Amino acid sequence: MRERKFLSGNHAVAYAVKYIQPEVIAAYPITPQSSIVEKISQFVANREVDADFIRVESEHAALSACYGAACAGCRVFTATSSQGLAYMAEMLPYVSGSRFPMVMPVVNRSMAAPWTIWGDQQDAISQRDTGWIQLFVENAQEAFDTCLQAYRLAEDPAVLTPVMVNLDGFVLSHTEELVDLPAPEEVQAFLPPYQAKYAVDFTNPTTFCFGATPEVFAEYKYHQQAAMEAARQKITDLAVEFEQLFGRNHGGLIKEYSCEDADYILVTLGSFTGTARTAAQKLRAMGKKVGVLKVRSFRPFPAHEVARVLANTKAFGVLDRNYSYGNEGALFTEIKASLYDCAVRPPGLNFIGGLGGRDIRLDEFEAMFTKLEQAAGEPGTVKAVNFIGLR
Amino acid sequence: MTVALPSAPHLPNPNRPITTGSWRTFRPVLDHEKCNLCLLCWVYCADGAMKRSEEAVMVDLEFCKGCGICAKECHKDAIDMVEEG
Ligand code: SF4
Ligand code: SF4
Repeated sequence: MRERKFLSGNHAVAYAVKYIQPEVIAAYPITPQSSIVEKISQFVANREVDADFIRVESEHAALSACYGAACAGCRVFTATSSQGLAYMAEMLPYVSGSRFPMVMPVVNRSMAAPWTIWGDQQDAISQRDTGWIQLFVENAQEAFDTCLQAYRLAEDPAVLTPVMVNLDGFVLSHTEELVDLPAPEEVQAFLPPYQAKYAVDFTNPTTFCFGATPEVFAEYKYHQQAAMEAARQKITDLAVEFEQLFGRNHGGLIKEYSCEDADYILVTLGSFTGTARTAAQKLRAMGKKVGVLKVRSFRPFPAHEVARVLANTKAFGVLDRNYSYGNEGALFTEIKASLYDCAVRPPGLNFIGGLGGRDIRLDEFEAMFTKLEQAAGEPGTVKAVNFIGLR
Repeated sequence: MTVALPSAPHLPNPNRPITTGSWRTFRPVLDHEKCNLCLLCWVYCADGAMKRSEEAVMVDLEFCKGCGICAKECHKDAIDMVEEG
């Protein structure tokens, strides 16, 4: 039976785990992630989730334990945030390089120093090149739905790559909204039990993750990139299949909002997409041709899709809740690169905002669109970084 | 390359195309007269290069990287590390 519950983003993730039924969960608490694994440990204690819950001494150990369990052929789950993700950094490419499917929600939080528990996306962006698929969600419902999709994606034989499901700290993790929960049998049809392709088997001994010499190392990296390419189509297909079964589509690699005829488009990642859309809606009502492009998949990066949407704009803006120090916002760099092959490249502006939990108000989004109007007609891409609401 | 590589770095045993024998500078040479088949060398060899049977232990030179642990651990002084020619 389908039901509807009032859930925080974190509890939406925990409920998703109830449907997913991983066999091993290993996690270490960290704000703002903690309430995910707290809720899950309650489910495990109540036998609503039939998993071994390993209470580890660190995030490095959490991902290592998941790695070991994945080696044994189990479906595994962990979740983290910020400094915890950084502490896992060594294990991230171990998991992706070993091609163990795994799903890890990352509740995005800033990186110290200065120390803070508030949100931005510096943590996940800093781990961009660890070989994990990185999806970003904009609300609790999408967090729930994306966790289900992420397991299908990660476990696909052509993909076999771990997935980070990123949800913004506090804005999503600690605010509640109505979340539609499917019937368990619907999810069982969408996500069948996991059959590991590589697993410990005493009758067929295997050497796991052997030390590679220069003769073979590059080939494994080539396979990893091929898997990322396969994931592109899979992410798009899963969004369609999910919509057919559950009636919701949060986008595949991207999600457009009134982009079709838009002269000015703002590109977003994560929860601020909602506010950007409200601003666009308001400006549309005033006759302005504006749109919002949500990037849902940061890795694999949807370069072709982005180019298609932005190529005919008069100007585009990119909102980054991160900074690649010494350059600009990481998303801006990638969006610009996507437009390299366009005959005429529209001018672009980079907006940096929402760092360390700072809010971005509706009027500030409207001001971004005004800035885009002013940038129209400038030749090529304007390298201009604008800090939103800087004091 | 003796076998096609799978897409992940996990290989079925014993078809390991990656060998470590070429790393060796010193080769363990066994004196079967002294050896009492205690299997300490088999236990300690970090490469699984020491092979055991009912009659004797044998070094798999495709994998032995010449670390000398076996010679150090052997209580019977039955293993000599001899420089490769
Ligand atoms: S020298 Fe080292 S690698 Fe070779 S058999 Fe002895 S312990 Fe094993
Ligand atoms: S440790 Fe020495 S005595 Fe024991 S089995 Fe090995 S070679 Fe023989």
